[in-house]
Amino acid sequence: MSPGRAQLTPVAPRSRISLPALAAASLVLVTLALVLVFFVVPNDADQGFSQRIFYFHVSIAITAYACFGLGAWKALVHLWKRDPHADLESYVAVHQGVIFGSLVLITGSTWAKISWGHWWLWSEDQLVLFLVLFLFYAAYFMLRYSVDPGPQRANFSAVYALFGVVLIPVSFMAIRLAKQAIHPVVFTRHGPNFGGWILVTYCVAQVAMLVLAYTLYRVELAGKRVDARVRELKEVLA
Amino acid sequence: MTYVRDVGALARKDLLLELRARDTLPAMLLFVVATFVVFHFALPSGSSDLAASGLLWVAIVFTALLGLGRAFVPEREQRVLDGLVLAPCDRSAIWLGKGIATLVFLAAAEVVALPVFALFFHGLTAATVAAVVLADVGICAVGTFLGAMAVATRARDLLLPLLFLPLAIPIVIGGVGASIVGSPGRYLAFLALYDAVFALICWASFEYVVTE
Repeated sequence: MSPGRAQLTPVAPRSRISLPALAAASLVLVTLALVLVFFVVPNDADQGFSQRIFYFHVSIAITAYACFGLGAWKALVHLWKRDPHADLESYVAVHQGVIFGSLVLITGSTWAKISWGHWWLWSEDQLVLFLVLFLFYAAYFMLRYSVDPGPQRANFSAVYALFGVVLIPVSFMAIRLAKQAIHPVVFTRHGPNFGGWILVTYCVAQVAMLVLAYTLYRVELAGKRVDARVRELKEVLA
Repeated sequence: MTYVRDVGALARKDLLLELRARDTLPAMLLFVVATFVVFHFALPSGSSDLAASGLLWVAIVFTALLGLGRAFVPEREQRVLDGLVLAPCDRSAIWLGKGIATLVFLAAAEVVALPVFALFFHGLTAATVAAVVLADVGICAVGTFLGAMAVATRARDLLLPLLFLPLAIPIVIGGVGASIVGSPGRYLAFLALYDAVFALICWASFEYVVTE
């Protein structure tokens, strides 16, 4: 047995759902969601056509939370069980979360521009929260890439990802509080009137985004794992 | 009881070091007074007192950052951290001891900074002082933790503000809220909640920062 052999990390167990099936499912679901949003659902009485972005904006936001949650969960698994795959999985989940989080900022400010005439509104809780989270998770990447790969980097990333999942509710409370004192409430929206096609469309868009995020997560994970494997093999053969 | 003794010994070590070398505290004091002067000129004349109250919190956060950036540098340079990790004490004691020492520095800087602020801008309310005390605890808890991480990275002091500021936004919101509204109870309660939540998570996970 060559001395380098022991350095190879075990191959991750295969997932139950195959990647092509996931990709096909996300294609079908996203297409269905687009059709429903643009052709089936009626215009909003108040805001007209532009309100349709809401179906994507909200479902992307919830998907981003789900990604951050998954990242924190994998971080916990890493710290707790020392699972050798959990670190990479946590990183990929956070990465997808940041991508979807950026989409929340883009769709949110597009909506704000069309509805209220400004690209940025400090009175929109979700937008401000996502800005804070975006800054926080951007620092996650800075942290991760200024530590050499190894157990220390895995620990730092895991601990910071756990901080993130605590920061989400704390920031949300803080932003709610800030609105009362620091920024006046300008826009009050009565709760969305859910029912019929609106509810169906929202649910389809939500499922589509979650499946899409999971597919992207799996694709990135597969790529990163192949990369790591090739690097390890090269080191062993060298 | 040994845990309390360990924490006390670690905090005493830092305070003694500062008393002899005088590295951090004079820098923090000069910095905070200099920021107030900058803020005076940054605020156009006739600005409201509310704006100055907000700037107080900017000054506090940045002054704390100055101290936090230095907190783990001696440990790193002299390789004390390896010894501390090997010592037969709970690893979270390292965080708590360092956090208490940093809190003392920050409080000492504020004992001067708050009267100077009152002199330069406008008087302070009891609620502001209470908010500063509560915020200090949160700043030192989170900041010491992140300082320990940042000092182990290649980027070092470049990284700490990036890691710390997003986490400090809730503190600033709570602090500014408590300084400017009539009934600050809700904001003070929020700051206390922040302190409790983040102190707990830092205390529980510090072990993973210093061990592999």
